[in-house]
Amino acid sequence: MTIIPDFGDDESTDRKLAIICSKGNLDMAYPALVLGNAALGEGVETHLFFTFWGFDMIINSRMDNLKFSPAGNTSMHLPMKDREIRIPQAVMPLPGMTTMATKRLQDSLDELDIPPVREFLDQIVAAGGQLWGCRMSADMNKVDMDDLYEGVIDIINASDFIEMTDGAQLLFI
Amino acid sequence: MATATIAGHEVSINEEGFLTEYDEWNEEIATELAANIGVEMTDDHWALIKWLRQDFQDKGETATTRRVQNAGGFPTKQQFQLFPKKPAKKMAYIAGLPKPHGCV
Repeated sequence: MTIIPDFGDDESTDRKLAIICSKGNLDMAYPALVLGNAALGEGVETHLFFTFWGFDMIINSRMDNLKFSPAGNTSMHLPMKDREIRIPQAVMPLPGMTTMATKRLQDSLDELDIPPVREFLDQIVAAGGQLWGCRMSADMNKVDMDDLYEGVIDIINASDFIEMTDGAQLLFI
Repeated sequence: MATATIAGHEVSINEEGFLTEYDEWNEEIATELAANIGVEMTDDHWALIKWLRQDFQDKGETATTRRVQNAGGFPTKQQFQLFPKKPAKKMAYIAGLPKPHGCV
């Protein structure tokens, strides 16, 4: 007997996903990028909305230089296989810690062939993902479309976003 | 493990209908698998499917859409055009390979 996989081509109800990206830390950029990209690969209409600190993910002068700070993160451990040693929070604000933690995170991402933010957004746009900037964040940061990553479709306000995501599943990151 | 007759060949398949034996695949089978999911094979489709199979042989796992673009040279946009909606899974199905297990 032949079994044909169900790729959902016949489904009439189209699933739609909207991800709100509100953080500008390097580690908090990736959940949205990975899930957005996965959703597109599953044929789901996907919107990414960048707001507040998440705006750094689409500002041309900042997006290639996001940082990961270990301060306040109690999940930081020394890279030892068999022993669980937490790095004390007291050392986290020392000069160089953020640079070091960022470097380590970037190395781990590289190792898994996970692209940098800009390249990841390129892939998301090529897969049909739609990127939107937040009006209020743009005004607060004093930037306009010329300052933003080229794949951003437009800067929209909160009402536009609510209207646009009618019926969508929402993810706030 | 279930078997199925596809394009006149008896092949092993899993519960979703994906071929499980790399060597049981051939172009006739691929053409029928593609037709099953509404894909008509063109030269562009074949180039990608053949690259995917070669890469699987070299790497031991199915390439993700990102790898198909970066290592195979088939742009993401083209992958979505050739295998609409769910390119990674559709490419793997037609190529007689397992679904890719990587996230990106």
